[in-house]
Amino acid sequence: MIARARALPLTDDALVVDGVTVRLGGRTVLDNVSCSVRPGEFTGLIGANGAGKTTLFRVILGLEQPSAGSVRVAGGGSESSGRGGTDVGYVPQKFQLDPDMPLRGRDLVGLGLDGHRFGLPLPSRSRRQLVQEMLDAVDAGAFADARVGQLSGGEQQRILIAHALISRPKLLLLDEPLANLDLRSAQEVVGLVSRIAREQQLAVLISAHEMNPLLPVMDRLVYLAAGRAASGTAEEVITSDVLTKLYGHHVDVLRVHGRVIVVAGTGHDEHAAVEMGGASVEIV
Amino acid sequence: MHAVLRAIFEPGFFTSSLVALAVAVGTLVAIVAGVIGVFTVLRGQSFAGEALGDIGAAGGSSAYLAGIPALWGFVGVAVAAAGVMELIGIQRARGRDLATGVVLGAGFGLAALFLYLGTTYDNTTGATVTILFGSIFALNSSILPLLALLGAIALGTIVVLYRPLLLSSVSSELAAARGLPVRLIGAAYLFAMAVAVALSAVTIGAILSTALLVGPAATALQLTRRPGHAIVAAALIGIAAMWLGVLLAYDSYYWPPLRHGWPVSFFVVTLILIAYIISRTVGARRAVR
Amino acid sequence: MFSGFMVNAWIVATIVAVVGAAVGFFVVLRGSAFVAHAVPNGSFAGAAGASLIGINTIIGLGIFSLGGALGIGLLGRRGRHDVATALTLVFMLGLGALFLSFSVEYAPEIFSLLFGEVLGISSNELAPTVGLAAACMIALALLYRPLLLSSVLPEGGQARGLSPFRIEICFLVVVALATTMTVPVVGTALIFSVMIGPPAAARAFTVRPYVAIGLSVAIALVVVWSGIALSYQTNWPVGFFVGVMSASAYALGRTWAFLRRRGAR
Repeated sequence: MIARARALPLTDDALVVDGVTVRLGGRTVLDNVSCSVRPGEFTGLIGANGAGKTTLFRVILGLEQPSAGSVRVAGGGSESSGRGGTDVGYVPQKFQLDPDMPLRGRDLVGLGLDGHRFGLPLPSRSRRQLVQEMLDAVDAGAFADARVGQLSGGEQQRILIAHALISRPKLLLLDEPLANLDLRSAQEVVGLVSRIAREQQLAVLISAHEMNPLLPVMDRLVYLAAGRAASGTAEEVITSDVLTKLYGHHVDVLRVHGRVIVVAGTGHDEHAAVEMGGASVEIV
Repeated sequence: MHAVLRAIFEPGFFTSSLVALAVAVGTLVAIVAGVIGVFTVLRGQSFAGEALGDIGAAGGSSAYLAGIPALWGFVGVAVAAAGVMELIGIQRARGRDLATGVVLGAGFGLAALFLYLGTTYDNTTGATVTILFGSIFALNSSILPLLALLGAIALGTIVVLYRPLLLSSVSSELAAARGLPVRLIGAAYLFAMAVAVALSAVTIGAILSTALLVGPAATALQLTRRPGHAIVAAALIGIAAMWLGVLLAYDSYYWPPLRHGWPVSFFVVTLILIAYIISRTVGARRAVR
Repeated sequence: MFSGFMVNAWIVATIVAVVGAAVGFFVVLRGSAFVAHAVPNGSFAGAAGASLIGINTIIGLGIFSLGGALGIGLLGRRGRHDVATALTLVFMLGLGALFLSFSVEYAPEIFSLLFGEVLGISSNELAPTVGLAAACMIALALLYRPLLLSSVLPEGGQARGLSPFRIEICFLVVVALATTMTVPVVGTALIFSVMIGPPAAARAFTVRPYVAIGLSVAIALVVVWSGIALSYQTNWPVGFFVGVMSASAYALGRTWAFLRRRGAR
């Protein structure tokens, strides 16, 4: 007998976030956030800097305990989501790879497979093949043997994606992967990840503060503002009503040539903040 | 009251010329080290300061081998080392720890050689202690003019470069954007730091010199964020540590059971560490509120 | 030079070079060079204290190295070990100087603690050295992959359940052990030349991790062996040769890397 009405959906969902609240340093960073991602779905987590995207990722990875709510990954238990397991692949936002470090991209990808295992690795052909497959899947074969710290940002990004994918996770988290890339590289990464998502029926959650580059490929999105979240398709979520409720003050949504512009402020104010697909620009 | 004073200041303290010299030298050095040390901490280059001190050991011991006062060796080698560090890019964070560490190893190797040769040559063994751990009570008063001159040069550099140095220490990008020659400023600062380290080495030894450079400054920066205030505070803390260190070392000659005399450098370093710990706890307490 | 008391020297020096270089590889990888400098200087006080109360210096070295390593791990702010480490380490040196000042053999003791005394390794110090070496190598073998991953990509390691803090502590303990066995041979002042120089040089010559470790060990062996041989011939301190040769190897590596980057463009 299920005593509580609020039952978590029987899940073929790769990720279920249910009512997660996180309070850090007296501030409510996440307030009753719920969303879910199905296998093969490419979901964007959109929010301005400081909106709580990384915090949500940390909760999903089990690195942060929510004050309320739960997270379930791929049908696993809500307490141990992802932690220590290989169900969640993670591509961090900030990483510093020492240019002089003796490590090839190939080695780093290999570490994605067994980097958490103790003991010395036994050389095995199957491991080598798997690494090569991954490198090919992300088109990194050309620079896989170069010093990983000397690769360009985009190249390192791909290596890290391969590193995250090699353990065949059910969910792939990418933390602001587009932030430091030029437009072309950003488009390549987005295209690459969405292709892999469809091919491998992988659930992808990609965080960004600019939603426009993702609009063409996103199946759904989760919009974070003021600690609260709204999720659904872009048409459902990016509307004046939904966002106004989220922000707590009036918000207009303009669609211009397929791009979305979010405008906050009522015009009675001395200045309005214009959010270009998520990034704020002050107009005085 | 008299008894208390007599307990604190053992007989002969105020009349000893050794003590007077030690206090004079200590004050001078503490000021220079404190001022320059603030920038060292702001720039995150305490490791470089440490390395310069250790390399200065090679300088001091080479001077000893050559029969000249250690200060010449300290200054000469420290300044040269600062130049080398600048060349191999000490200012860029990447690889700097490695570079300075390796150079440091070579410097110590040289120091080992010079000390060995020197002590074999004239059959004394005290040089190691003097150069590496200082001997402020064994100084010659003739050293004062040279110290004052060097100190003036180092402080003068800081005074002249004060604002550009401050800006480039806090943010080298901003400074570069303003058109400041960041590299040149950094080089000038490194040389000033080399002098400060050499002066510290004269008082408390090459290996310990970094404490006087970095400690009071770091303590001061825990207490205040304003550079001007921190500079004054650092100098005052350094002076206090020096005076108290000299006093305690002098008194320790009378302490049972050995009546042996503890090294000044030990007291100075310990006092500086205590001051830093106190400032850290105060700082942490403040942050919580 | 291969007979009698020298045999011990060769054996110990070889062990020290191998372990030092292997541990040093990770020290360089993690950018913890300063920590590897700080721990042995702290242990200086331990050795001095031990000799003051008359117990085996290795015990004093071990305790203070361990304490120092753990202290650095817990005390210094994450990533910025600068001032906290510097002051504590200097204090330890001052403490060591204080302890030694109570003994009669002040200067020679300081000299050998700072610069090593490879020729003074007696047979009964061989066993603890071998024991410590074995412990270090086993630990490194066990931790190899997590240490590598956590050093290179801490967040990635975290996502796999590797706590960067715990790994740091384990690693610091290994560094402390390696230091304890290396200090008697090369001295606290020259630890760098055995632990840091060779790996820093090696990584310029190869990009594969395994090869880099092997090359680090090879370079360290060359440096230490020739140091002993030259010291035997000239009577000059071993530390001098080790320090200078290690720095030269590093300079060679940097030059090579620089030239190769130039050539690639």
